[in-house]
Amino acid sequence: MTETATPLWEVFVRPRNGLAHRHVGSLHAHDAMMALQAARDVYTRRGETLSIWVVPSSAIVASDPAEKDMMFEPTATKIYRHPTFYDVPDDVGHM
Amino acid sequence: MSFASCDPRAAWLMRLGDTTLVLGHRMTEWLSRAPTLEEDIALANLGLDLIGQTRLFYTRACELEGGARDETDLAYRRAEPDYRNPLLVEQPNGNFADTMARHLIFAGFATPLYQRLAASCDAETAGIATRSARETTYHLRHAGEWMIRLGDGTDESHERAQAALDDLWPYVPELFEADDLDRAVAASGFGVDPSTLRDDFDAAVDDVLARARLAKPAEPRGQRGGKAGRHSEHLGHILAELQYLQRAYPDARW
Repeated sequence: MTETATPLWEVFVRPRNGLAHRHVGSLHAHDAMMALQAARDVYTRRGETLSIWVVPSSAIVASDPAEKDMMFEPTATKIYRHPTFYDVPDDVGHM
Repeated sequence: MSFASCDPRAAWLMRLGDTTLVLGHRMTEWLSRAPTLEEDIALANLGLDLIGQTRLFYTRACELEGGARDETDLAYRRAEPDYRNPLLVEQPNGNFADTMARHLIFAGFATPLYQRLAASCDAETAGIATRSARETTYHLRHAGEWMIRLGDGTDESHERAQAALDDLWPYVPELFEADDLDRAVAASGFGVDPSTLRDDFDAAVDDVLARARLAKPAEPRGQRGGKAGRHSEHLGHILAELQYLQRAYPDARW
């Protein structure tokens, strides 16, 4: 049972406070059921979890770090996309 | 200090606590030695569940017998014959298949036991049983899924899983044999007669073994004695390690 032959899985958990599933880390497991159990044992030990997703790491399509200038840099200069130029009506409360 | 409890309810809860303490200690022996990091944490979780159950069973037993002893006295200041765990849980960890087979048998027994005990006439005991049943239901699943993968895996893993079952099966009958104490606490509505749990055990274990392509061993006459304080040679070694600090430095604190 070598680690290299064991598939890698990404783990997402949804905490009790109602937020969306959040990526918390990864682990090795032979199949989906064992990945779910390992995720439960490794990432939910302190009792704040309502739901777990495990996803094969190989199923994730990632952006290329070398392309970050093309992908993300252009938005840095477009400050008008931030909603900071508007007066928020009092009735809206916290945004 | 008298070591046996004259209150049958306390004596019976101590048996449950002895069982989970010894098996919990066995699981801690895997720490840093499990096949993978993920399983190392999983085995530690199983062990911690069992030690947590032990504390609750012991504490309630001490309350019922009048409060002269506490959980520390029961865990650290008794000798082998005072322990009343079935022989199964003191058997060595062996290889990973041995540990998973032992755990499948234990969880297949403990889960229906706790589920029935949740209807105990003692509300405190019923509460402990309810939360413990949730834990052992997961233990049953974890050990079961591993046995399925070992049994239905490679030739070697199948062979080892089958050998583990064959080696441990002689310790199965003792789990389900009721003695006078079992019958007394069951009759009073406090406890559970283990002989009534066999069908639930068989249903859970048969399902796993079928999916694992493992053969259920023939029922031998079996090894027994732990529930009466007659243990295999393994318990003394477990207690030597478990109780070392308390014996060497009584009441040590930090």
